[in-house]
Amino acid sequence: MAHIEFAAQQHDLTPDETVLECLERAGHDIPFSCRTGVCLTCLMRVSTGTPPSPSQAGLRESQKEQGYFLPCVCHPSEDLELVSPSDAELYGRAIVSEVTHLNDSICRVRLRTATPLFYHAGQFINLRRDDGVVRSYSLASVPRLDDTLELHIKRLGGGKMSNWIYNDLAVGTALDMQGPNGDCYYIGMEPARPLLLIGNGTGLAPLYGIARDALVDGHKGPMYLYHGSRTAKGLYYGDELTALAREHENFHYIPCLSGEEDDVRGALGAEQGRAEAVAMTAHSDLAGWGIYLCGYPPMVLTAKKLAFLAGAALHDILADPYEMQDLRRIPRE
Amino acid sequence: MTDSLYERIGGADAVDAAVDLFYRKVLTDADVSHFFDTTDMDGQRAKQKSFLTMAFGGPHEYTGQDMRTAHAKLVEDGLNDSHFDKVAGHLQATLEELGVDAGAIGEVMAIAGSTRDDVLNR
Repeated sequence: MAHIEFAAQQHDLTPDETVLECLERAGHDIPFSCRTGVCLTCLMRVSTGTPPSPSQAGLRESQKEQGYFLPCVCHPSEDLELVSPSDAELYGRAIVSEVTHLNDSICRVRLRTATPLFYHAGQFINLRRDDGVVRSYSLASVPRLDDTLELHIKRLGGGKMSNWIYNDLAVGTALDMQGPNGDCYYIGMEPARPLLLIGNGTGLAPLYGIARDALVDGHKGPMYLYHGSRTAKGLYYGDELTALAREHENFHYIPCLSGEEDDVRGALGAEQGRAEAVAMTAHSDLAGWGIYLCGYPPMVLTAKKLAFLAGAALHDILADPYEMQDLRRIPRE
Repeated sequence: MTDSLYERIGGADAVDAAVDLFYRKVLTDADVSHFFDTTDMDGQRAKQKSFLTMAFGGPHEYTGQDMRTAHAKLVEDGLNDSHFDKVAGHLQATLEELGVDAGAIGEVMAIAGSTRDDVLNR
């Protein structure tokens, strides 16, 4: 088994243990959130040794070169010496410039940064509260169109950060912000290819950004955005998306409701069923398509498999699964 | 000097062309699809890429022991010769679909076939 050295202490990894688990077992307080190699909250750096490549998946090339890696998915095969990156390396400040309650569970937050952030719509940032709680939120704004960063936040039962943001966050508050992260964004290499965007819940945020980014970039191929929700109130931003479809002939917005009565669905002009099921029925041959999947992980996983089986190449399927930290702490049956 | 199998078949580009086709075939085959993880499709694709690179005669670091360890759990879950044959059939069909010549297909199938005892932990 490999050894790790951190804060002048040696630790032996047990078989199957990640570096994060080993450090926690030794009593170190390492910040983390998703524990699945997505959110980058636990990011560390090696001062000696080479981290295994799966623990660097999703990092920028420059970060990989500097030895950054994700301890939550790191099973080292050689000895590593670790350091925690300093705050200044990772975090900047962002000021809340707007909080708008879109309905009784979803709000829109806009942020300003002192220096403009270089990012793509659909990437995500990490916000840190003063007590150290960190959560990831995807960017609905487009650098070329919007002068603030836009996030959509749904408050979740037991959600520490989301309830605080929904209930208490005031304009003018300063938050620590890290990012941008992630590779789920529009790439303008093939402006004629069809795009399929599927999201549920606030998985709409990155898709709304990606769609507008593609349209302002002059994307010519057809684009279909399926937004799914169980209840009617989860279909927020319907007016914005309908307006976008009216302005752009090649953009199509298809709201989907899986849990409402016919009359409610009819009034909203929504399709019946889960967004991924409705989308896959409508588009059975996805060879050559670009696919974007954002929202709850079970939907993202199912849709990824279905899109692949319908002919999409795996590298053309970009996903932003929302790992929900607080919810996963609730014991499940 | 004649080119190696890996060069004749098209090298890394051939592996890239084959991997999605092959993975799609095994996932749509109800008899074997449950042996292939879909919770981490990118990870699964990477594993199949290294397998195909080896079967195509390319550079690899596979050992018989790796094959055994990687498949031990699946053998416990019932992986047997009939599944091995089915997956091998999908590999052959993939190569035919890509227009690989019969001689090279024979060589690839021989390499793939040589892993049978390690895969089935015998």
